[in-house]
Amino acid sequence: MSATEGTPAGRLTRQEVAHVAMLARLHLDDEELDRFTGQLAVILDHAADVAALDLDGVPPTSHALSLANVLRADEPRPGLDRDEVLAGAPDVEDHRFRVPRILGEAP
Amino acid sequence: MRPSPARTASALADAVRSGSTTAAAVVEESLAAIAHGDGEVHAFVTVLADDARRQAAEVDRRVAAGEDPGPLAGVPVAVKDNLCTRGAPTTCGSRILEGWHPPYDATVVARLRQAGAVVVGKSNMDEFAMGSSTETSAFGPTRNPWDTSRVPGGSSGGSAAAVAAGFVPLALGSDTGGSIRQPAALCGVVGLKPTYGAVSRYGLVAFASSLDQVGPFATSVVDAALLFDVIGGHDPLDSTSLDRLPPRMASVVGDGVDGLSVGVLTEHLDGAAPDVVRRVHEAAEACAAAGASVEEVSVPEVRYGLSAYYLIAPAEASSNLARYDGVRFGLRVAADDVVAMNTATRTAGFGAEVKRRIMLGTYALSAGYVDAYYNQALRVRTLIAEAFATTYRRFDLLLGPTSPTTAFALGAKLEDPLAMYLSDVCTIPSNLAGHPAISVPFGTGDDGLPVGVQLMAPALAENTLLRAAAVVEAAAALVDGDGNAVGVEEQR
Repeated sequence: MSATEGTPAGRLTRQEVAHVAMLARLHLDDEELDRFTGQLAVILDHAADVAALDLDGVPPTSHALSLANVLRADEPRPGLDRDEVLAGAPDVEDHRFRVPRILGEAP
Repeated sequence: MRPSPARTASALADAVRSGSTTAAAVVEESLAAIAHGDGEVHAFVTVLADDARRQAAEVDRRVAAGEDPGPLAGVPVAVKDNLCTRGAPTTCGSRILEGWHPPYDATVVARLRQAGAVVVGKSNMDEFAMGSSTETSAFGPTRNPWDTSRVPGGSSGGSAAAVAAGFVPLALGSDTGGSIRQPAALCGVVGLKPTYGAVSRYGLVAFASSLDQVGPFATSVVDAALLFDVIGGHDPLDSTSLDRLPPRMASVVGDGVDGLSVGVLTEHLDGAAPDVVRRVHEAAEACAAAGASVEEVSVPEVRYGLSAYYLIAPAEASSNLARYDGVRFGLRVAADDVVAMNTATRTAGFGAEVKRRIMLGTYALSAGYVDAYYNQALRVRTLIAEAFATTYRRFDLLLGPTSPTTAFALGAKLEDPLAMYLSDVCTIPSNLAGHPAISVPFGTGDDGLPVGVQLMAPALAENTLLRAAAVVEAAAALVDGDGNAVGVEEQR
């Protein structure tokens, strides 16, 4: 995807939707790809009103409140119970979360 | 039909505290109402009958021992299923969290328990609060108690329906773009979205963190204020929690609107159905009759709210929902390597609307598009906040419809996401600005279904908001579906 394709004037393509699904760790079948491409394009078309505004010089607001960093005293205190936390996980081993292999080869 | 609500929370708590009834009896009544009616309404994902009976017994023990059981003693409450309840299921309406039991209570749930309230169940919701009809729940839709062929609104549709059906007098919901106020309007109950930061988000499963806010549902404005007083106030566990004294709103509710200035927001009248607009004008007349100055006002910037919201909220959601990867909680679909496992888990665990929002957000944040969409939406957020700031120099409050229409039919908008999103058009601007807003029932539309009017106020002006809401509520008690002055008897 190049930046020029990325202008709101270009209609969302099926290939872009497939790429975004991969980034989001979702698998879409052919029927879903078609349906989502159409539905997302309609939503982005509606957002064209915002994309078309000339807002040079308007600062972005990522948050309604003016936030300051919040610190607390560095004092020990109880955390969540380890066994209770691990009880909610799909797979654990030796008090740790267990996952399938991450690198290309099995250990 | 017009459902009959439970007794008010204040009356129930008073009766329990004075010993004229017991928490056990009140909770049994609530559980019986749920057992009788929830097969049809489906307001609850999980009913916590045993837990509720234990909590009620503890309240009764405290009353018998002469201890103060708290301001909500024995009051049954429904809690939206995206608020963590220790040891009890918290699904967010999603298969991906099915079977997960949080190891802690959300701060608002802990405060409910401290106040003597009894959590009777977890209420149904659109999956991860993404929806306006409670139809995207993985556990099936909730139906509107007024007409079960209609949606209750969403995403907190289970909470709204539980209060409207008389299962409970109070419920908690969350509101990211209208998810308390819109279902409150469609179910004919009161729903308050507080100022961002006024209520702790600790233990609220995150959807769009800069917009999410927890708030009350109730059958009356004073009950909503009572619940807000219990859940509000600073929480050191939420870094966005405002550092101020806990609210004491229940005492100001009767103070009236004499001398206040109310603006009727014309942009929100434009797209609304004529019968809904008529109710807004009647509510405005009620404010004027009570001594407020009322005039129409245009804030053109709010027209961009919907587009900005549906870029910002999905962008934040796409980041927040990255944590559902099959490692720490809930569902895992096995696969040979970790990326395949993540993908298989998320593909099986999320429903279509959640996938759409994650994709929309990922796209709006992706290289080449982030300036045109996400950053542009953040600038629009500034425009809207500045326009409100200017408007609130002239007006104490703004008034309009909560939802452009009354409750729509199940299935009517499920396959047309943009049409569904448009039902949030009046509620979104307050979320973008971080302002409080409330929906108050005001009679019915031409179809006999409830209409909600929305009052909006600047940050931390919940007191003026609730005063005006009580005036509108009192006027609403005098109208029925045909606009005639009536008593409280069945009208349809």
